Amino acid sequence: GCFVFKPSAKKRKLSQRTAHEFGIRNDDSEDTELRFVTCQSLWNQIKSETEKIQEDLNKQLLDNLVSFLRRSHSEFEEKTTEWICRMKVREIPTAALVLGVNVTDHDLTFRSLSDFLQNNITPYIALLEAKDCPGIKNLMQKLMGQLMNCCVDVDSLEDEDYVQVSQNRIRCSMSSLIKWYESVTKKTDSETPSKRSSSSTHWQSPPVVVIFKDMESFTTKVLQDFVVISSQHIHELPLVLIFGIATSPMIIHRLLPHSVSSLLCIELFQSLSCKDHLSTIIDKLLLTTQFPFKLGEKVLQVLINIFLYHDFSVQNFIKGFQLCIVEHFYSQPLSVLCCQLVDLQKRVNSLSHNQCENIRRLPSFRRYVEKQESGKQIALLTSDNFLKEETQRLLEELHVYHENYVSVLRCLHVFTSSLPKYPLGKQIRELHCACLENQVWETEEYESSLQLARMLNKSDLVTMLQQCVEILLSSSGKEFDQTVEKLKKFLTQFQNLEEAFQEQDGSVSSQKELQKKTDLYHLQKTLLELKESRRSKKLTKFEMLRFEVVDYIDSLVRKYLVPADHRTLHEILYFNTAAVLRGHLNAAPRTALHTALNNPHWYLKNQALKCDGGSISNKAPDICIVYKLHLECGRLINLVDWLEAFSTVVMAGEEPNADRASSDQMDDIIHARFIRAVSELELLGFIKPSKQKTDHVARLTWGGC
Amino acid sequence: MSRIEGSGGGRRRVLQVKFVPDEEVLKHIADDTGIKVRKDKPQPSINLKRFVKKLENISDDEAQEILEEKNYVATLGICAQDPMGNGTSVSGGEVYSFQTPKRSSKMAELASELAHTPEQNVAPDRSKGPEKTAKTPQSGSNVMWAEIVWKCNLKKKEFVSTTPYRLRRRLAAPDSYLESESEYSASCSEEEDDEDQQQVNTVLSGQKTSAKTKAAPTPPPRNSLAKKNKEEKMSNLVEEYFEAHSSSKVLTSDRTLQKLRKRRLNQETLCDLLKKAPLAYAAEIIELNQQHESLFSKWMLQLHLGFNIVLYGLGSKRDLLEKFRTSLLQNSVHLVVNGYFPSITVRSILNSITEEVLDHIGTFRSPLDQLEFITKRFKEDSSLELYVLIHNLDSQMLRGERSQQILAQLSSLPSVYLIASIDHINAPLMWDQAKLSLYNWLWYETTTFNPYVEETSYENSLLVQQSGSLALSSLTHVLHSLTPNARGIFRLLAQYQLEKKDNPSYPGLSFQDFYQQCREAFLVNSDLTLRAQLTEFRDHKLIRTKRGADGVEYLLIPVDDSTLTNFLENQDEDV
Repeated sequence: GCFVFKPSAKKRKLSQRTAHEFGIRNDDSEDTELRFVTCQSLWNQIKSETEKIQEDLNKQLLDNLVSFLRRSHSEFEEKTTEWICRMKVREIPTAALVLGVNVTDHDLTFRSLSDFLQNNITPYIALLEAKDCPGIKNLMQKLMGQLMNCCVDVDSLEDEDYVQVSQNRIRCSMSSLIKWYESVTKKTDSETPSKRSSSSTHWQSPPVVVIFKDMESFTTKVLQDFVVISSQHIHELPLVLIFGIATSPMIIHRLLPHSVSSLLCIELFQSLSCKDHLSTIIDKLLLTTQFPFKLGEKVLQVLINIFLYHDFSVQNFIKGFQLCIVEHFYSQPLSVLCCQLVDLQKRVNSLSHNQCENIRRLPSFRRYVEKQESGKQIALLTSDNFLKEETQRLLEELHVYHENYVSVLRCLHVFTSSLPKYPLGKQIRELHCACLENQVWETEEYESSLQLARMLNKSDLVTMLQQCVEILLSSSGKEFDQTVEKLKKFLTQFQNLEEAFQEQDGSVSSQKELQKKTDLYHLQKTLLELKESRRSKKLTKFEMLRFEVVDYIDSLVRKYLVPADHRTLHEILYFNTAAVLRGHLNAAPRTALHTALNNPHWYLKNQALKCDGGSISNKAPDICIVYKLHLECGRLINLVDWLEAFSTVVMAGEEPNADRASSDQMDDIIHARFIRAVSELELLGFIKPSKQKTDHVARLTWGGC
Repeated sequence: MSRIEGSGGGRRRVLQVKFVPDEEVLKHIADDTGIKVRKDKPQPSINLKRFVKKLENISDDEAQEILEEKNYVATLGICAQDPMGNGTSVSGGEVYSFQTPKRSSKMAELASELAHTPEQNVAPDRSKGPEKTAKTPQSGSNVMWAEIVWKCNLKKKEFVSTTPYRLRRRLAAPDSYLESESEYSASCSEEEDDEDQQQVNTVLSGQKTSAKTKAAPTPPPRNSLAKKNKEEKMSNLVEEYFEAHSSSKVLTSDRTLQKLRKRRLNQETLCDLLKKAPLAYAAEIIELNQQHESLFSKWMLQLHLGFNIVLYGLGSKRDLLEKFRTSLLQNSVHLVVNGYFPSITVRSILNSITEEVLDHIGTFRSPLDQLEFITKRFKEDSSLELYVLIHNLDSQMLRGERSQQILAQLSSLPSVYLIASIDHINAPLMWDQAKLSLYNWLWYETTTFNPYVEETSYENSLLVQQSGSLALSSLTHVLHSLTPNARGIFRLLAQYQLEKKDNPSYPGLSFQDFYQQCREAFLVNSDLTLRAQLTEFRDHKLIRTKRGADGVEYLLIPVDDSTLTNFLENQDEDV
């Protein structure tokens, strides 16, 4: 069943071909080369950025781990009394690394961890996975294989004889491991000082680190055995274990009985939660002006939902982001303009006539043209040069818009994230989605959050304003000088209020009075009076100021947080075809089958197949008819009945003038068609042969599909 | 004979007869002309049908489900505006819900309905005119079929009587989904519904009271209803499921293909016949496929960017992939794996990579070792690249956990580009998160509606005559290499088996009897020689031994009768 095809001719170069494929698009293949290059460079930028983020986030964790390793190591080295104490009870230093449920992301963490350790602590690192270690023997084999290989790496190739000792020939046991360790450490001892100093990051007898990548999937027996055995040898071999844990640290105690877990000296390390990781990624990739490419609301929603509802995997999120980029640059010919501002002018000027037409076809651009006065309209539609100038201006505006958008969004988030019940969401991504979706100030949630903001107390308000000032100052937008001025003015006003506040203390006295009264009637009366007075009372200065502040924030939102798809030429920078993305990443194969079987008209645009409601026409493809008929059956299906029913339907669907003479042959053909359709259903997994009754098949699905 | 004219109406009546109470059935048997009843019968039968359908709605209240699904769908950001996308409008509830266990004649009923659809387009109220039903071309087999079904129904009278009980039980549950339309009602004429509804009560005197309770309750307030319904539905679903699966007795008709006197087709004749049958909607299918073909360059691009591509959707994707291969992969090393091939293994895939792509001679201890070797080679040599096309990644042989793990790891190599197709409805269950991230799939819906010709040809299909020619030739070949005596022994056994072919509970020939017969024919002289001979047969899988209840050894040739007859005839010719 396997066939290999080798080309006779010499292959073409790969890099050329990729670019070439980008070009093989049916019609408007404009600037494909440039688009591809832009796409690639953008993706590489983003990729390195995400890697950097990941590194930064893991740094804390890695530092903690390293210091832990150092501690356990130094004790071994110095042979302090404490170490001896521990040796007596044979405790293995163990780091329990809680990584979270997004197992697919762990690989990256482990890779950076092992690299980091390799550079800083010890060359002797073994990464073990549960699927490689069904038994203790396999585990030892794997462990020794990895350790001895890595030691070869470090010691370079000067001792050839060592390399030749293949892992298979060594008996895989703890004692041989210890022997190996001794020989290795001795070798490093005896080596020339110059060599030692070159690898000075490692100590004299570096610890052997064994990492269990997925602790939960290891069989209990294997783990127990390994721990017990290695604890016997801990005084000869400075072993350190690292458990990668996806669920909770409790799992160690569930997997290992007390007698075994008491041999471990466990220290817990918590990695950053994947949600925080995602927030950082969104913060650094989307809410920044660094990259010209942006995600539209629906696309972002899809990506976030896949993350939240399906896998919690940041890697998948980034993969989705990559797909968005590729898809955008592939399908949008104008994406050539999706570049840094510095390149923009050159690219706009070199646009071809076709591309200009493409611009004119953009819906947002059309809306824009309609709003212009007639003279400009004509110029925009006829003169390419004018169009180019205008395009450049608009795109620059779009960039500026995004800059301002981000800053104001952050300011708004400062306000909304501290409100009770978070009407606009706790995370900035929720706010971002809300703002991209439509004009946020028209939503109820925004209304209620403004209401709540009007009830904030002073100290909160002041700190928020200060935060806003910081955000605006740090932003690259140039328009915010005035805004910052204004906010600062607010802040000073609040300051001044404090002095004024002492003077008017009228209301407090009335409350004191209130406490004196014990009579219910009087109490009620005073309360009513109080209420009256409060309603009629003029707002205090503080309240006035608070209103002013909130109104000002509101005006900022209305000015800057216009949804992106209201902006002209947003199609060039914003990717918004969520359906494509969803189809590729979060597909529903069963739904597609269901549709094809129940409603073939969806795919085959033939009038004969068109029908209403749940039924299908009797001219539908055989498999649809057979499928539809089998839905009516219970657990078992009688093939004869099925065949009869099928032939009835098909006969009715045939032309009435069919030859009577050939009816026998027709019968056979229908029989054959039936057989084909049934075996296709079997292939699809709807039915299977059954031995319960002769000529019966069992149904495997319930319900519509 | 006025039979033909009335057969349309008559047939439908017959189809629905299962839902009619006993006395009506008896009445029906009593009248033999069929014309007399025709005047008033069609009406009740249709009503009955509608009634039954409404009852079905009681248990599968999908409307609510769909509503909730829609919410989820909305949060996922689906937009129905997608023109080519799969049927996103279909909600999960519709796809996955349980359904009530159906009565066996429902299929026949639906068949008749479907058979009448075009006619219905012309004239919405078909029930009224027998002259209209007479318009349909009635073939001979139709009539015959109707009669068969009729007879079957008579046989299963005890089942018929159970139906009303079931109905009554369903009715006991409070119901508010009366107003929701039945799934299949579209094929009934809508206009009749109202009057039918009223007639149901009068016609079905036996179920009158229950029908009234059904119609009576006013729907409670909406929101509380939703909750209540959900709980109810859950318990209902569970009950239905176990009801369907608990009883070992399944009520289906006892007819077999043999009684139908339809000869079993073998693979060749099947192919011939299918070639004669024109492929329906060829033009549309071609158009559909062309849409997919326009994506080839995009696939190529995405493969190069580190994604792998998986194709799903109804219809064979073999031709599509084949076209992709011939049009774009001619200049590169690629591996085609026919997953549907019954003896494919991961090992053979890995072997062909190591041996033919990497030109490595030597064996490996385990597939994991082999994979490691491949990984190493691909990492060392960055100019090496390989396209892997797998037809039916979800086939029986490849769907195992270990195979998928290996394939996933293989596909995660940066210079291995995998493009695969899946067909089975549960195929995505093969992959957990770890494998999915290794595969790094991009999903493409490619519904082609092409028949699965190659994919199903290997399958030992249900209706296709099995192992015919192959078994025969192997029999002949093995026998040729044996001594004349041994041939004679086998021949004896075969003849005996053919004699007993009409006995369905034939256990095989007991060893002692066989020994006796062989002795009489001067074929063996001791029971040891016979045993030695039988061992040889067994090693060649010519016979099978089975121990009976009494501990006696029985011998059987595991080949079907026609092959055996053929074999004996051939032998005679040779002699």
